[in-house]
Amino acid sequence: MRNLKMKLNTENVIGIGLFLFLFIYPLFVTPYQILNLSYFISMVFLTLSLSLIWGYGGIFSFGQAAFFGVGGYFYAIFTMNSGISTITPIGLLLGVLVGGLVAGIIGYFMFYGGINDVFVGLITLCITVSLETFMAQTAGSQWKIGTVGLGGYNGINGIPTISLGSFALADVNFYYFILIVLLVVYIGLRLFVVSRFGYTAIAIRENRERTKLLGYNVPRFQTLIFALGGALASLSGILYATWGGYMTPSAAGLTAATLPVVLAAAGGRKNLTAAMIFTFIYYWFSQTLSASGNEYALVILGAALILVILFVPEGIIVSLFKLGDNLFFNRKKATQVKAEGEFT
Amino acid sequence: MAIFELIYQFMNNFSFLILSAVGLAIIFGMMGIINLAHGEFIMLGAYITTLATASGVPLPLAILLAAAGVGVFGLIVDRLIINRLYGRTLDSVVVTWGISMILSQGILIIFGPSLEGSSTPLGSISIAGATYSTYRILLFFIAIVMLGIIYWLFMHTKFGLYSRATMQKHDIANTMGINTNKMYSLTFMLGAALAGLTGGLYAPTMAVSPTFGSAFLMPSFVTVIVGGANPLIGTSLSGGVLGVVNSILDILWGTFYGRLGLLVVAIIVIRLLPLGFSGLVEKKLMRGRGI
Repeated sequence: MRNLKMKLNTENVIGIGLFLFLFIYPLFVTPYQILNLSYFISMVFLTLSLSLIWGYGGIFSFGQAAFFGVGGYFYAIFTMNSGISTITPIGLLLGVLVGGLVAGIIGYFMFYGGINDVFVGLITLCITVSLETFMAQTAGSQWKIGTVGLGGYNGINGIPTISLGSFALADVNFYYFILIVLLVVYIGLRLFVVSRFGYTAIAIRENRERTKLLGYNVPRFQTLIFALGGALASLSGILYATWGGYMTPSAAGLTAATLPVVLAAAGGRKNLTAAMIFTFIYYWFSQTLSASGNEYALVILGAALILVILFVPEGIIVSLFKLGDNLFFNRKKATQVKAEGEFT
Repeated sequence: MAIFELIYQFMNNFSFLILSAVGLAIIFGMMGIINLAHGEFIMLGAYITTLATASGVPLPLAILLAAAGVGVFGLIVDRLIINRLYGRTLDSVVVTWGISMILSQGILIIFGPSLEGSSTPLGSISIAGATYSTYRILLFFIAIVMLGIIYWLFMHTKFGLYSRATMQKHDIANTMGINTNKMYSLTFMLGAALAGLTGGLYAPTMAVSPTFGSAFLMPSFVTVIVGGANPLIGTSLSGGVLGVVNSILDILWGTFYGRLGLLVVAIIVIRLLPLGFSGLVEKKLMRGRGI
């Protein structure tokens, strides 16, 4: 464990500010807005999972939506079959493990088979599409696991919320639960990426061959980080399922698979905080636009994505962080650079 | 006779896979750009064809109009956006996804949720008691002719020579005096025009709506994955193999298992041959020449 000392820079200040804001946010707004924000937070885990494996591990995946679906469906089937509310936290933990396990198995076959780069993206795309296609045709009554029908395109309804003992997490309680989970996961990931394992992952991202020659078992690290990403995506799916009480194939489908890629890329994939903040901005923006009935919402979002990639390729939030660092925390260096005439 | 049904089904699936994939394959193989807006380009072609036939243009002309229109649109998109992304595969994914969002939502705003389509032309023929759509049989031959034209274009013209050189080693091609940026632009335009052609060809057979392209997206990606980087050999081989698998599964168990079969084949092929069929063929070819 190195680099544990927290640096004072824009990213950390904004990160702390964001969490403080999220903790006091329910005091000022309506229950409806809290419900919305709970949904945004559950989707943040999905972006974080992709930021971890793509931004840090260099593994480009369209499969996060599939693991999202695995988690959500597993939780639904497990808890609804048992029918006891106290079992839901176990369902949550098991679901995360199952998501990680599925990702680990897929990762094992891919990385030990020597598949890399864009082909990982293509295989995971296939997996996501086949899962969506499969789930969408399970409408008939013969598609049942235990007592729960899979429901085809309409998915599963009436998924129970998480209960701690007899205390059901709903509304504001659910919001705080999910926020605390986010805080724990976020801090865990920030520590993880500066651990030995995290540095190895970055080394693999930068140069696979060289890392291998330095004596690291590259496929093992790739499989592990892919499994970790799968577990995170699965967590996201479970929280989404408990949030709305439903899980549909389209939530784990092709469109859902591209969204985290876009969010991580546009926010800044090599930075967890940036990916998280951009996810909030995106969902808030798209919800505001569609709630106001603006049919141009998707057009504006599409144009924004294109402009971001063309003009700030490393991510819009990351660029803002750098600007902030130069302005507030690194005044000496900024002026020095300017004096040397290298200011670009 | 089941054999006629199987042949018809194969012709139908083969032409669908080839036509939907060829534009994508050319852009991916030549430029390394994964065009997620491919489905929307096809949708645009279908709209041009439907609107043109509705205003009295004969169908064959309307289909060519779609190819030309989407080709020009592709050139504009390339000049404005894609030419800044050459060699940045992953960024191109994000950008083309943005383009596809704008296109499908833009068409929804302009033309509403669906367009009144025309019925499938040419009627049907009956062989051994079952009837088959003539138009869909014609599509099979159009697909074959199109592969032939592409073969001629890439193997027997100056454009083909330059573009193959650019594909193999773009910096060396550049030093030999080929304007590689222009080659990329032309390639992108060609890929877009082929997508428009596909949209035009399938416009009379399906309901034309802003989500028209999504029916093509999965089969086209699977065909390109299985085929690999070579747009001609790879696409025709994988179209053939996937067409056979798809048709047999379609007839045995229905359309859904046909689609699932495609994905399973894709996963198996990519595990065994990471470079797809074109990788396999190129390896054999190299060995044959003793290189």
